[in-house]
Amino acid sequence: MTAPATPASSPATAGERPGVRMARSRRNAELSLLLLAMALVAAYGAMVEAKVLDTVTPGFWVPAATLTAVFLGMHLVIRFLAPFADPALLPAVALLNGLGVGFLRRLDLAKAAPEERADLAIFAGIGGRQLAWTLISVVLAAGLLALMRDHRSISRYAYTLGLAGIVLVMLPAVLPASISEINGAKLWVRIGSFSIQPGEFAKLALLVFFAYYLVRKREVLSLASHRFLGIDFPRGRDLGPVLVVWAISLLVLVFEKDLGTSLLYFGMFVATVYIATERVSWLLIGLVLFFGGAYLAYVLGDAVGGPFANFYLRAQIWLDPFAQPYDEGYQLVQGLLALGSGGLFGAGPGGGQPLLLPEVQNDFIFAGIGEEIGLFGLSALLVIYLLIVERGLRAALAVRDSFGKLLAGGLAFTLALQVFVIVGGISKLIPLTGQTTPFLSAGGSSLMANWLLIAVLLRVSDAGRRPVDGAGGKVTRPSGPPEQLHGAPTEVIKP
Amino acid sequence: MNAPLRRVGVVVIVLFGLLFANLNWIQAYKADEYRTSDYNGRVQVAKYDRKRGNIEAGGTALAVSKETDGELKYLRTYPGGAKYAHVLGYEPVNGSATGLERAENDFLAGTSDQLIVNRLRDMVTGDTTAGGNVLLTLSKRAQDTAYDELRNNNRGATKGAAIAVDPATGAVQALVSIPSFDPNPLASHNTNEATSAYNKLDKDAARPLRNRALGEVLPPGSTFKIVVAAAALENGIGQDTNIPAGSSYTPPTSGEAITNAVPSICPQAEVTLMKAVTDSCNTGFAKLGVQLGPDVLKEKARQFGFEQEDLTVGRLGETGLGVAASRTGSMANPDGGTDPAALAQSSIGQRDVRMTPLQGAMIAAAVANGGSQMRPYLVRQLLAPDRTTVYDTANPRELRRPVSGQVAADLRDMMVSVVQNGTGRNARINGYTVGGKTGTAQSAPDRPDHGWFIGFALDSNGKPVSAVCVVLEEAGSGGSAEAARIAGQIMRAAIAEPGGR
Repeated sequence: MTAPATPASSPATAGERPGVRMARSRRNAELSLLLLAMALVAAYGAMVEAKVLDTVTPGFWVPAATLTAVFLGMHLVIRFLAPFADPALLPAVALLNGLGVGFLRRLDLAKAAPEERADLAIFAGIGGRQLAWTLISVVLAAGLLALMRDHRSISRYAYTLGLAGIVLVMLPAVLPASISEINGAKLWVRIGSFSIQPGEFAKLALLVFFAYYLVRKREVLSLASHRFLGIDFPRGRDLGPVLVVWAISLLVLVFEKDLGTSLLYFGMFVATVYIATERVSWLLIGLVLFFGGAYLAYVLGDAVGGPFANFYLRAQIWLDPFAQPYDEGYQLVQGLLALGSGGLFGAGPGGGQPLLLPEVQNDFIFAGIGEEIGLFGLSALLVIYLLIVERGLRAALAVRDSFGKLLAGGLAFTLALQVFVIVGGISKLIPLTGQTTPFLSAGGSSLMANWLLIAVLLRVSDAGRRPVDGAGGKVTRPSGPPEQLHGAPTEVIKP
Repeated sequence: MNAPLRRVGVVVIVLFGLLFANLNWIQAYKADEYRTSDYNGRVQVAKYDRKRGNIEAGGTALAVSKETDGELKYLRTYPGGAKYAHVLGYEPVNGSATGLERAENDFLAGTSDQLIVNRLRDMVTGDTTAGGNVLLTLSKRAQDTAYDELRNNNRGATKGAAIAVDPATGAVQALVSIPSFDPNPLASHNTNEATSAYNKLDKDAARPLRNRALGEVLPPGSTFKIVVAAAALENGIGQDTNIPAGSSYTPPTSGEAITNAVPSICPQAEVTLMKAVTDSCNTGFAKLGVQLGPDVLKEKARQFGFEQEDLTVGRLGETGLGVAASRTGSMANPDGGTDPAALAQSSIGQRDVRMTPLQGAMIAAAVANGGSQMRPYLVRQLLAPDRTTVYDTANPRELRRPVSGQVAADLRDMMVSVVQNGTGRNARINGYTVGGKTGTAQSAPDRPDHGWFIGFALDSNGKPVSAVCVVLEEAGSGGSAEAARIAGQIMRAAIAEPGGR
């Protein structure tokens, strides 16, 4: 396989279908956007140094350049392996990831003794570690792109992945707290100084399973809905899987003491069920089950305590964080104060006091960044997240097979939901729960899982945007069965 | 499947819209509140970059900021220690400041509008504006005396307060509350240390953080008779008018007899008002109160400053330390009519009558100052950071006129008689005319009595120089005599070294 020098103009003139615009890979647009994003990351690094060190060191560009090299490598991989993938995804993710690394490095600068600040090694501190994780994550994502030449191929492992997902979800819950509990949430597996969050990977594995399962189940559900035309609610036996997932997410809520993860799994499942069946009643059932369950946990936490006490406490903090500003409410209060101190324009990169925030490298990174870039900057970050999500949904719209639609739609929605849960949590929109902020938070598990998610989206978007008849010419088409049976109403490529 | 996918896209936009709206709420609408919140450490870091101004009294710095190497540049220290703690308060890194540190925060921190010129100048020169200095009215010697004497009182009382004011101006000469506390650990930059120091003080059953001189209300006992006497003088009773007395008085409807402290006090059927004040005749005043009625008593007390809820002591015309309201309480039956028993007991400063030490001093000050009660204040002057410009000099002002000059003169005579011939002999000062009134107030049924003394000193020209109130909580028998002695010592110190006016 050879790289098309100018992929945008490569499609053969023959074989185009009338009415369908000539497919363009837009790889050069991706490259330009990527370089722009990396220039922003470099500028951010320079501004941080100017503020924190009072001078810009000669090596300020090194982290940004390293990231650029890594992402350029990814760009090349996409050029070869997924030439029609969405061109906005990589630059958007790279910008978030780069700003995350920059902000973590900024924390290192603030923590280091003044005399050591100027010569902070590139892989030193949490910023450097995040840089290394980025490298590993991007390599993994590239590897996934290389191995998974057709997204439908992973449906073969759906049951394996489903089982693995459930094991990964339940693993921290069954392990003793000494191994799995950090800051009151049992989400971890700790081996020595190394800890991973299996839940981050579980959501990917489970989604593949959901998508596969629902594509098959969808047929039954469609038949069922025809048979019971006019009846709003599904048959009792169809409720089974929903109830199982509901029970699992409540178990997660209770035993892993984590509302966010529970909300994430359940929301993910309900969204995919809804996309698969197009029945609003599933959505209603899901919402009622979740909020009913959460309310029940709240009431039980008040009355019984025990495993529900943690959730009750979190709800109490959410309702009035300033009631105990130095104790239970400390994190949330400090997050709000950081955001408020940032105001509209922020204190400028490096100008804030992020070290006043607990967990600023993880849960509260959005608040820490928000203090420095203000409402305007945070709005821009939200728009970038929104862009990634909408691009993912667009890939779902464009792809022709049901499995791909469900997979991409589910993944995009999961990403959106995760951003909502953590950003809403730290800004007191919803009760705060420990979730990582995708691509920003320090930590390898989250970064790797989210890059794998992006790799899947890239793969699906490549499939969706690829000319139907292989007009890409030089690109080998994956040879799978034409599973486009459900794709009849699917649009092909519309601008 | 595309229709639900599009709807999911809409849901995502709604979710992000909620996030965006909520961020607007926090970062725009609530931003100022969060930025200046007491819990916000950023305020502190910025604040501690600037040298906070001194608080001084009589040329001695009582609160100063010292430069350190830490992240917070200036450390607030209190060389005056526990002695001035209730006046100055303290400025903690986390949490709220108290005392004058709180009330005068803007000027001390240099953020006051009055210092705008300094800030503009420093903006040009690139300096960081230091805070302004606050000069107090306190007499260092009177404050020392009050603190030491209260702590070493011969009754062994551990709780109490003393306050001295200049009757002619209202300038506070001394303000002490015991037990006190060392404010220095509370201002520590080590917030754990500060928090544990605070928690220890906060949990202390003796409540050392409480400013008893302004914030504690206790039954005033016989000191309240001055208010009753003032009402009597205004209702046709003279110094030498005989009023009914006796060794015991049982008000109608009450089974409980009111007696005198010792049987030798006013056992006869009638005594003069002068004699009744001098010897602190309970039966006489109980009957007098019943005769005058609750409305007259309550109104007189109100004219002396009872029931005022918004008085502050700090800078005149500005805020300061809050003062608890003194109360005369209910003297009525459940059915709304007057309860003679309650009225009789209230007339001797018991039942539901409650008074702050400051209120006691203000009664004495009004009597000494010819019936004019001056508004008390602590801040004499505000001085620019460079100590050249004076921004605000206190301009004494009358708070109210509780009694006429004639009534004040009669009350003065009777109070002087108390110190010369009666229960307040311990307060005498050579070369000065001292007047006063002792009080012994029942606290709780099984607890020792509180000892009170309110009084004043006039110089040889009859000009008032100091008015004072001392209370020793649960001091037991002899508490009021000890309070009178301490009051005399404080006034002597205030005469020897007057504070600023």
